[in-house]
Amino acid sequence: MLGFVLRRFSVAIPTILVIITVAFFMMRVAPGGPFDLERPMPEETRQVILASYGLDKPLIFQYFDYMGNLFQGDLGPSLKLRDKDVAEIIAEGFPVSATIGLFSMLLAIGLGTLLGSIAALRQNSGTDFSVMTFAMVGISIPPFVMGPILALVFGLYMGWVPTGGLDPRYGMTPDRLILPVITLALPQIAIIARLMRASMIEVVRSNYIRTARAKGLSAPAVIVRHALRSAILPLVSYLGPASAAVISGSLVIERVFQLPGIGKHFVDAALQRDYTVVMGVVIVYATLIIVLNLLADLLYGVLNPKVKYES
Amino acid sequence: MTTLSTPQEKAELLEKAAVQGRSLWDDARARLMRNRAAVTSMVILGTLVLLATIGQLLWVHDYDTIYRDRVWIAPTLENWHLLGTDAQGRDMVARILVGLGVSLMVGIVATFVSLVIGVTWGATAGFIGGKVDQAMMRFVDILYSLPFIFFVIILMVTFGRNIVLIFVAIGAVEWLTMARIVRGQTIALKGMEFVEAAHAAGVSRTKIIQRHIIPNVLGPVVVYVTLMIPVVILAESFLSFLGLGVQEPLTSLGRLISAGAQDMEPAPWTLIGPAVTMMVTLFCLNFIGDGLRDAIDPKDR
Repeated sequence: MLGFVLRRFSVAIPTILVIITVAFFMMRVAPGGPFDLERPMPEETRQVILASYGLDKPLIFQYFDYMGNLFQGDLGPSLKLRDKDVAEIIAEGFPVSATIGLFSMLLAIGLGTLLGSIAALRQNSGTDFSVMTFAMVGISIPPFVMGPILALVFGLYMGWVPTGGLDPRYGMTPDRLILPVITLALPQIAIIARLMRASMIEVVRSNYIRTARAKGLSAPAVIVRHALRSAILPLVSYLGPASAAVISGSLVIERVFQLPGIGKHFVDAALQRDYTVVMGVVIVYATLIIVLNLLADLLYGVLNPKVKYES
Repeated sequence: MTTLSTPQEKAELLEKAAVQGRSLWDDARARLMRNRAAVTSMVILGTLVLLATIGQLLWVHDYDTIYRDRVWIAPTLENWHLLGTDAQGRDMVARILVGLGVSLMVGIVATFVSLVIGVTWGATAGFIGGKVDQAMMRFVDILYSLPFIFFVIILMVTFGRNIVLIFVAIGAVEWLTMARIVRGQTIALKGMEFVEAAHAAGVSRTKIIQRHIIPNVLGPVVVYVTLMIPVVILAESFLSFLGLGVQEPLTSLGRLISAGAQDMEPAPWTLIGPAVTMMVTLFCLNFIGDGLRDAIDPKDR
């Protein structure tokens, strides 16, 4: 198992380096720069500003400067937001993004597993049909449609929750986070419910479940102790892609609900050519996704004794 | 299968079956036609496609005509603004039809791009096998774990908001699953006798891939394609929503939804119209995809 982890890291580290490199050069060949204002500034001023950020050097030197600083843990200053480091921006935004992401994942896994299992155990019943219809709705309605509609209905018409983003005075309060979390979780609840239903249907037909029933175990014990354990495996292998989907979803959610997370910074920064902020967010998210994928794979191995990691 | 009540009917059916053999595709079509959700979806989707192509030309308003005196008019029969007008006084019906057309086109073209890349990559890896296969699929694995949306966003920023680029960018991202499916099928097929026979008869590898492997992996591929079109439409809308998709005055459903979300307080119809259109479209595509899967691969039922 240790060998497996090491082997995965030996692939992950070059992967991250490649991502950083590609993102760096792609960003730089983009037309326009961070200091192109609507009113052009005098050429000398421009040169001074560029030089102060080291942006006047040949691209390849900039690249090595950047990588050098990166290895020392320095993500550089933001080119657009004055007096802010990229690290500061990420540190401010990350708690918001992480809270929403984490709660959405928990909600998606919990509710998705529950709904999928119920649907499978009552296959072809009315319950099954409504759960699957709900799942179809969840898959077909993208978060950027669901978000505004939920905000319209529950925020504006019903007035149950405040609209208009986080209030910096109070920080993250449950009433302001509930809609973003639900919106982000919905498609994942739907996908997980479908996965769980399919695998649960297969598992409850298998011989060992019949044996468990035959030896007189109660129905809940059979389901929870025996069926769920193997039915949950496809869900575990979906966790990696799910976390990636939640992270990309957060780009939209943070915009819809005006939350100051890193996803919102990323889109703004990309549009304004704030190179360092874009790079910082890409690095954080790429690392996160790769680590989460690895964790999901390890968890899969723990739950499924058939998997053996050759070292 | 429908239940046969009398032995006579059974005999008739057997006779019929003996006279004309039914291919896999005939069977699949029959099963698909019995799936009510899928058939309804096909009818609705067909209507939507007609509306987006021909309806757009026949509709009384143009999508880019600005009526300065008719800003944010609620849905009304007056002047035929059936779904109201937007913040600049443009007719919503016309804009939704154009947006739907663009979204469907992006969906189909980008899916085609990913289809070509994915099928070629997967069939080659599966057919050659060994080290090449391992290297090629390892590459797919690595790409799988990347935060792709970030790259697409950077790509859109880098090369400008060009509609062709949207096709290529999304297509290039979505081919991975296709490659995996095709590879799995190819490996299964490779062991079949008819492929070995072709091999023994001296048919070249390229010819075997073209003539035997690709036609036989078509079933799962068709299913996956129908399920991929909605994914691609979503991806395009996602980009449009972030302001990175097609450019004004051209529009797509995502762009309309994005604009509607901003104006939902004073003019909720600018959000509801495009949002419902998008939901219905995605619903239909997903139902058709599910129906096709059940029809082509009956072992799941």
